[in-house]
Amino acid sequence: MTAVIEVTDLRKTYRLGPLAVPVLNGVSLAVERGEMVSIMGPSGSGKSTLMNIIGCLDAPTSGSYLLEGEEVSRWGDARLAAARNRKIGFVFQTYNLLPRLSALANVELALQYGDRRNARARSLQALESVGLGHRYKHRPLELSGGEQQRVAIARALVKDPAIMLADEPTGALDTRSSAEIMAILQRLNRDQGLTVALVTHEADVARHTRRIVSLCDGLIVGDEPVAEPLRAETAEEAPA
Amino acid sequence: MTPLALIGTAWSSIGGNRLRTGLTLLGIIIGVAAVIALMSIGRGAQEDITNRIESLGSNLLYVRPLDGDLTLDDALALVDPVFAPSVVSVAPEVSVSGSVTYRSTDTFTQVAGVTPEFADVRNFEVASGEFISPAHVLNRKNVAVLGSQTAEDLFGERDPVGVDIAISGIRFTVIGVLESKGATAFGNEDNRVLVPLTTAFFRLSGQRTAAGDLTIDLINVQADGERIEEAQQEAATVLRLRHEITDTDDFRVDTQQSVIDALSETTGTLTVFLGAVAGISLVVGGIGIMNIMLVSVTERTREIGIRKALGAKRQDILAQFVTEAVLLSIGGGLLGVGAGVVASRILDGFTLAGSELMTVFSGDIAALALAVSAAIGLFFGIYPAARAAQLHPIEALRHE
Ligand SMILES: Nc1ncnc2c1ncn2[C@@H]1O[C@H](COP(=O)(O)OP(=O)(O)OP(=O)(O)O)[C@@H](O)[C@H]1O
Ligand SMILES: [Mg+2]
Repeated sequence: MTAVIEVTDLRKTYRLGPLAVPVLNGVSLAVERGEMVSIMGPSGSGKSTLMNIIGCLDAPTSGSYLLEGEEVSRWGDARLAAARNRKIGFVFQTYNLLPRLSALANVELALQYGDRRNARARSLQALESVGLGHRYKHRPLELSGGEQQRVAIARALVKDPAIMLADEPTGALDTRSSAEIMAILQRLNRDQGLTVALVTHEADVARHTRRIVSLCDGLIVGDEPVAEPLRAETAEEAPA
Repeated sequence: MTPLALIGTAWSSIGGNRLRTGLTLLGIIIGVAAVIALMSIGRGAQEDITNRIESLGSNLLYVRPLDGDLTLDDALALVDPVFAPSVVSVAPEVSVSGSVTYRSTDTFTQVAGVTPEFADVRNFEVASGEFISPAHVLNRKNVAVLGSQTAEDLFGERDPVGVDIAISGIRFTVIGVLESKGATAFGNEDNRVLVPLTTAFFRLSGQRTAAGDLTIDLINVQADGERIEEAQQEAATVLRLRHEITDTDDFRVDTQQSVIDALSETTGTLTVFLGAVAGISLVVGGIGIMNIMLVSVTERTREIGIRKALGAKRQDILAQFVTEAVLLSIGGGLLGVGAGVVASRILDGFTLAGSELMTVFSGDIAALALAVSAAIGLFFGIYPAARAAQLHPIEALRHE
């Protein structure tokens, strides 16, 4: 198996005027194709910072990041944008949907900046695969939090990415909606072999993945496989 | 993104806030409409003047004294088949101002002494009655031909032919009324009164040179067909010989064209000036666009972050906001052209400070105004768009 993500001695230091705030202090991590990993750690330990760098949304201060074998830290704006568009599906804790657009238009938005062929049909298909095919006309505010997050997953999915990154995707959801989200992510990982890396605070959520990486003060302090991954409720798995 | 998708996106975000969009558009609409209305007034004035002068006949020359005198003999000397073969005929004139009275109505106006040639040379026709005849001139008759305006002022609807009037207290009989010509190169000639040249000399003005010659104010010269420049040369040569001039002329010979050129240069400057004044309001409209775009970028920081996270490049974001700005300015420009055309239609024939406005709208004015407004949208849209494009995706996403 080849590593899809390989970071080596990654450091990130924020500068607040004269003050240097070290957030990542030399993180090395490799994620293989088809893995499902969760990253845990106390608040402020640098989880989001790490995810943003892996998601090509932010640049490290130093260190190396190989995405599918290519060194990302040398890329300019256009290549980073292309990587965000084609290789990475990013799901945020706060969904980040455009409130003015329908669910379908939100999913289609991801295709506007890349491969636009059959955009409408592919977007509908992505919505169907998260069980929201019938809600495509609705705007985000007309959907529940769990449904909005599923639209966001569909939007990440429609680009057929190499990896799916999720920063606390269930952080704002109740247990039932969390279970639905985890069921979808598990299914994508299991059936389509999609590489999934997610950040979570909840041990319960982490136990649905197959490997848990622990972060503390910008360093990896633990990296263990999950002996017996839980299987999420599959009630919502059947496409509606 | 494809251009079509860009326009669609821009359209939907412009449509998202109708009131604000409307007010922003208004700035551009007013600017473009003002440019069009004012420039068509300028063009109208230009065309009006040119038309009126050309209606006098294009083969006219005007000889005027500069700092010497022109005498009746000078005028008569210009009809000379040997030295001035290109001159067909001349019409000398003297003018005095005087009060013209009919019963209790009187008006103060220009009284010109002319010869029968005047009607031909200057293209005047009588609307009723007859023009001054050689016999009238020869016998210094107290007869007058009224300009259409003067006739109306004194007589209203009645026919003045055959009626007696007083000019500067002297009795004259009205023998004819001229057709209306409107304002000409010499101002409004419809309110003049024409009398025989000799009558004007001996009864009304009586200016003479030191040598006792009769002085005149203007010689209208009719050139033979297109030979205007030759006639100008010949007339000047004859007068130089007669005046024994070695260096500077004490008269000047203007062609109809030089009068038109001088006047349209002035009105051309006026048109550009009017357009520039209106252009300032267009710039103000552009600043309005910039203002609204900056607000829009701030408001939509999160949207920009989302788009970047989904793979929008800097230039995609730049293009999106520039498209919005240009769409606003072109939209405003198109509506402004409509408003400007309507405004110039309404202003056409509108009486302002006693004179009638004439407006001429033409496509090039509209194209110019549209191009300028599009350029203004581009210019004032680029800075806000560049600010949007430079946003860091993570910081943009954190923006509330
Ligand atoms: N732009 C920034 N400027 C300065 N400091 C920052 C900036 N962004 C993040 N930090 C700091 O970096 C540290 C790590 O932040 P990060 O968001 O990665 O933590 P996290 O592990 O995701 O925490 P949480 O679980 O609360 O989401 C925090 O102490 C935060 O204050
Ligand atoms: Mg975080």
